[in-house]
Amino acid sequence: MTEPGLYQILFISAALFFIGVYGFLTRRNLITMLMSVELILNSVNLNFIAFNKYLWPGRMDGLFFAVFIVAIAAAEAAVAIAIIINLYRSHKSIDVKNAEELKY
Amino acid sequence: MPNATTIALIPLLPLAGFLLLGLFGRTAFKNSAGIIGTLLLLASTVLAVYTAYDYFTNSSVDFYRREVPLQLTWLRFSENLSIDMGILLDPISVMMIVVVTFVSLMVHIYSLGYMKGEERYPTYYAFLSLFTFSMLGLVLSSNLFQMYIFWELVGVSSFLLIGFYYNKPSAVSAAKKAFIVTRFADLGFLIGILVLSFYSGTLDFNTLIARLTSPESSELKTAVTSSFLGISGLSWALVLIFIGGAGKSAMFPLHIWLPDAMEGPTPVSALIHAATMVVAGVYLVARLFPIFAISAPAVLEFVGWIGAISAIIAAIIACTQTDIKRVLAYSTMSQIGFMMFALGVSKYGGEEGLGYTASMFHLFTHAMFKALLFLGAGAVIHYVHSNEIKDMGGLRKKLPITHITFLIACLAIAGVPPFAGFFSKEEILLAAYENNTPIYWIALITSGLTAFYMFRLYFGIFWSKPSHLSQMPIHSGERAGGEVHKGEGGFAMMLPLILLAIGAAAAGFIPFGKYVSSDGTPLETKFHLVFSVAPVVLGLTGIFTAMWLYKKQNTRPDKLAASLNGFYKTAYNKFYIDEVYLFITKKILFNLVGKPAAWFDKNVVDGLINFTGNTTQILSGKIKKIQSGKVQQYAIYFLAGVIGLALLFIYVWK
Repeated sequence: MTEPGLYQILFISAALFFIGVYGFLTRRNLITMLMSVELILNSVNLNFIAFNKYLWPGRMDGLFFAVFIVAIAAAEAAVAIAIIINLYRSHKSIDVKNAEELKY
Repeated sequence: MPNATTIALIPLLPLAGFLLLGLFGRTAFKNSAGIIGTLLLLASTVLAVYTAYDYFTNSSVDFYRREVPLQLTWLRFSENLSIDMGILLDPISVMMIVVVTFVSLMVHIYSLGYMKGEERYPTYYAFLSLFTFSMLGLVLSSNLFQMYIFWELVGVSSFLLIGFYYNKPSAVSAAKKAFIVTRFADLGFLIGILVLSFYSGTLDFNTLIARLTSPESSELKTAVTSSFLGISGLSWALVLIFIGGAGKSAMFPLHIWLPDAMEGPTPVSALIHAATMVVAGVYLVARLFPIFAISAPAVLEFVGWIGAISAIIAAIIACTQTDIKRVLAYSTMSQIGFMMFALGVSKYGGEEGLGYTASMFHLFTHAMFKALLFLGAGAVIHYVHSNEIKDMGGLRKKLPITHITFLIACLAIAGVPPFAGFFSKEEILLAAYENNTPIYWIALITSGLTAFYMFRLYFGIFWSKPSHLSQMPIHSGERAGGEVHKGEGGFAMMLPLILLAIGAAAAGFIPFGKYVSSDGTPLETKFHLVFSVAPVVLGLTGIFTAMWLYKKQNTRPDKLAASLNGFYKTAYNKFYIDEVYLFITKKILFNLVGKPAAWFDKNVVDGLINFTGNTTQILSGKIKKIQSGKVQQYAIYFLAGVIGLALLFIYVWK
C-alpha cells in the first residue's frame, strides 16, 4: 500500500473545508453550524500538518500551529455553546433565525 | 533719574487697584473701595510728578532725550521681530503721565462724593483703575504694538464705564456705539501698524522714527516709492493710523459716539471723554509727528483739515444742544479739533514747529479746564437731577463754589486772558496763521463760537432765572430715585473743582515751549500782543452775545432760532450725521452686504453642510439592509470576498 502523497491530503483537506462551508451556510441549527466550523478548522489543521511533513520535514512549525488551532477551537466551542445556551434560554430554540433580531 | 521700577509702578499701581477691587471689591471692600483706589492713585500721581520733576530739572542732560528705562521682550517671533513691553520717556509722555494721573486723581476724589451709595461702587472704582492703568500704559508705550494693546484696553474700559448704568437701555446702546465706532477705526490703526512695520521692519518708536525720517534710509525709499491706488505706501500707513486716532479722538466723521458716551457717570465723562482718552488720537499723531512732518506732509495737511472741520462742526452743533453734557461733549470734540489741526499746520523743527508745541500745550490746558467743566456740570446735575439746561437756572447762590470754578473754566476755554486756554489757543492760532490761512479763519470763527456756547451754558445754568425761582431738585436725572441732595455735595466734590480751577487759571503761565517742541530744541514762545487782539475781541463778543441772549429769561433766543430756522434745525439735529450713518448702515450696508451675506451663509455654507449630512443619511438608509442579522448571509459575503481575493491574487497580481 503506497503512502498518500501531498496532493491526496490536500484534496481531502479541501473537500473537508467545503463540506464545512456548505454545512455552515445551509444548516439552521446552531449546533450543526458549530460542528461545520470545526470541520473547517480541522481542514486547515490537516493542511498545516501536510505541508509541514512534505515541504519542511525537519521542522515543527506546522505542528505547533495545528496544536494552537486545536486549543483555540476548544475555546471557541466553549464560548459558542455558552451563547447557544443563552439563546435557547431566551427563545426556547437554537435556530439561527432567532439571532436575526441582532441586526442594526 | 528715577529708576525703571519707579516709573513702572506708575501704571502698575492702578492695575493693582483694578485687580484688588475687581476681584474682592464686592465682598471685602464694599465701602472702602473708593478710598483704596484713590490712595493707590495718589501714590501713582506722586511718582508721576516726581518723575516729571526729575526729568525736566535734571539739567545736566538735555530735555529732549528719549529715554527707554525699561524694555522687556515679551513675544519673540523671530530674530528681528518681537513684541516688546517698554517704557519710553520723552517730554510728551512725561507731560501725559502727569496730566493723566492728576486728572484721574481728581476724578477719583470727586467720585467719592458723587458715586456714594451707588450699588456697584467697588466695580466703578475697579473700572476707573483699569482705565487709568491702560491710559498710562498707552502714553508710556515704547513701541507701536504695545500702544495698540493699551489703546484697545482704553477702549474697553471706556465701554465698561459708559455702560455703567447697564439697566438703562440708552447707556447700553451708547456703550455699544462707542465700542463699535472706535473699534471700526482701530481696524484702520491695526492695518496702518502692519503696513508701517512692514516697510520699516520695526515697531519700536525710536527706530521707526529714525528709519522713516532720514532721507538716505532704504526703508524710507521703499515706503515712498511703493504705491497703492496712486498713493505711496507710507502715506497709506499714516492715513490708516490717523483713522485710528480720529476714531478715538472723535474727529469728524467718526465723532458720533462721543455725545452718546455722555450716558456714563459724569466723572467718567470728565476723565475719559474729555481730558484723557479722547486726546489719545492727538497723542498718537504727536508721537509719530516726525514721520508725518518730514516724510508725508500731505497726510499731515489732511490731518489738519479733518481737525479744522471737526472743530467748526462741533462748535456749531454745541450752540444748539440743550443737554449740558452734550454741549460739553461737542465742545470737547471742537477743542480736540483745535489740537489736531495745530499738529496739521505744524512743521518739523524750529519756529515752524510752533503748532506741535501749541497742540501739546492745548492738550495740557484743555485737560484741566475740560475736566473742571465736566466735574462742575456733575455737581450741577447732582443737585438738580437733570441734564437739561431748561431745568436749571439761577443756581449761582445755591452752588457758589461750583459757580466760580465753572466760570473760571468757561473763561479759560473761551480764551480770555490770563486764563490757561488763552495762551494755548493763541499759540494754535498763531501757528495756523503762519502756515495755513484758511484753517486760521476757521479756527478764529470757531474760537468765537466756543466763547458763545460756553457762556450760553454758563448763563443758562447759573443765571437765566432769578435765584429764588429756581425750583428744588427734580428727580428725573441719571440717578433717579436717589435721596434729595442739598448743597454742593461735600468736600470730596469741591476739592477737585478748586484744584482744577487753580490749574485752569494758572497752567497758561508754564513756559511750555521750553519743555516740549517738535525737534527737541527749546522753543521760545513769543507773545504777540497785536495778534491776540482779534481772537480775544471775538471771544468777548461771543461772551457778550451769550449774555445778551441768555442772562435773563427772554424771547430773544427763540426769535433768533426762528430766524435761522433751517440752519438751526440742522445744527440741532447734529447735521443729521447720525441719520446718515443709520442710512448707510441700515439701508445700504445691511441690504447690499448683510443680506447677501446672510443668504450666502444660509444657502451656500449651511447648504453644503446639510447636503453632505443628507446624502450620508440617505445612502446609509439604503445600505443598511445589507446588515440583515442573518449570520449565514454574512458568511456568504465573507466567503465570496475571500474567493474573490484569492482569484485576484492568483490570476491578476501573480
